[in-house]
Amino acid sequence: MENLNVMVVDDEPGIRSGVSRILRNFTVSYPFMDADIGFNLIEVGTGEEAIEKIKTEKIEIVLLDNKLPGIHGTEVLEYININNPDILVMMITSYASLELAVKATNNGAYDFIPKPFTPQELKSALENVSKHLFLRGMTTKMNKEGKEVRYQFLSVLSHELKAPLNAIEGYLRIMQEKQAGEEIASYDQMIDRSLHRIKGMRNLIMDLLDLTKINLEKKTDKFQNVDIGEIAQLAIESINPYAIQKDVKITLINDKNITLNADPSDLEIVFNNLISNAVKYNVDGGKVKVTLKSENKNIKIVVEDSGIGLSKEETDDLFKEFFRVKNEQTKHITGSGLGLSIVKRVVDLYNGDVKIESKVGVGSTFVVTLPI
Amino acid sequence: MGENKKLVLIADDDIDYLFQMRMHVESFGFEVITAETQKEAEVLIQNSNPDLAIFDLMMEKDDSGFVLCYKMKRKHPNVPIILATAVASETGISFGVDSDTDKQWIKADLYLEKGIRKDQLHKEINKLLKI
Repeated sequence: MENLNVMVVDDEPGIRSGVSRILRNFTVSYPFMDADIGFNLIEVGTGEEAIEKIKTEKIEIVLLDNKLPGIHGTEVLEYININNPDILVMMITSYASLELAVKATNNGAYDFIPKPFTPQELKSALENVSKHLFLRGMTTKMNKEGKEVRYQFLSVLSHELKAPLNAIEGYLRIMQEKQAGEEIASYDQMIDRSLHRIKGMRNLIMDLLDLTKINLEKKTDKFQNVDIGEIAQLAIESINPYAIQKDVKITLINDKNITLNADPSDLEIVFNNLISNAVKYNVDGGKVKVTLKSENKNIKIVVEDSGIGLSKEETDDLFKEFFRVKNEQTKHITGSGLGLSIVKRVVDLYNGDVKIESKVGVGSTFVVTLPI
Repeated sequence: MGENKKLVLIADDDIDYLFQMRMHVESFGFEVITAETQKEAEVLIQNSNPDLAIFDLMMEKDDSGFVLCYKMKRKHPNVPIILATAVASETGISFGVDSDTDKQWIKADLYLEKGIRKDQLHKEINKLLKI
């Protein structure tokens, strides 16, 4: 069992011993926590004594009364804020001075417990505080190991994978219990939707595979002189069947042969994602223009669409993993929310950059710049 | 025919989940109105008088469900709310509305992990509606 050191600062001995009695045999448990948390109590009667103790002992939590005979609780709080900001302070205040308690929490106290409190109230306050400490510890540990990003990624990923699973499972249960009757035709729509969600999951998994490929750094052994126009043409051909269904016309403007020393599969990822997005988020009968240019020591890939466009807010988050624009026009479009973050990673790998300009209802232009 | 069916408002941006919830809740004998976005739900909160609301947590925004709970309680303080989400307990950060501190900021009456069984859902709804 892990023990947290709790110091009770109150001039009333009855309160001090009461708190000690309540917390002595109290433990907090939390899923994913290896051991329960218990509490060691330290009792002091004045603010001066409290500061002395803080200097000499390791204290995690302070239960602090404000009305003290010498210096006030708020002054102790101030001292802690400056010298030991890791200590969590809970103010103990009477209901009459709730305003003060709120002010104290604004000034760095973690929380407050109104007096008089029941044993249960004290326990649940301590439970909260220790969970907070536990999570804070976890976070620092993960930051140290550089895992925070991966952790976030995994938790979002599990959400993205669970949503379609829940949907498909739900439809299967309905079918299993024959909730729409015996006629198989009554379930057509549910079967279609299930297949649609499975397709979405498959796309997500394909994107994840792309992502892991990129994560393995730039592999120069696969580098060759790549004709950019050729890759663009291949990407257009593979997306064209979908574009025809949406009546979107894709044109390629490439006046000279532009080559780049690169891994062709990296460039395929960039073109596939940008062009398929340009078609996907386009209007029926819309246009997509792909322009390749070499300027100075850079190659510019410009993908322009006449689609639904993006607001300023939306463009800000566009390259974040799993970010998807959610509105009336996009709600029936499936996507993993990974495509553009993948593009960004590839472009970063080549020390290039990717920019977007967009207007709602007019269209978006993506410009990728890669140094030769 | 003069029958007074209870009205349930369901908001979820996952159209499949929404479809299934509607089907289940209607089969329990309730009337259902649905919203696919937070915005639509906000309109329904203002213009209808549901007896129960079921909100998804993550819609247009990560905290859409919380916002809806808050607006719902302001307009219809006595109507129970279920907050449903697939936000996984495996992230290690799970939360409920059982403790008083959670209740202070999560204005829902019940928190449900998505994928709940139909009969369980029925039981929870009846409990909240005191049927």
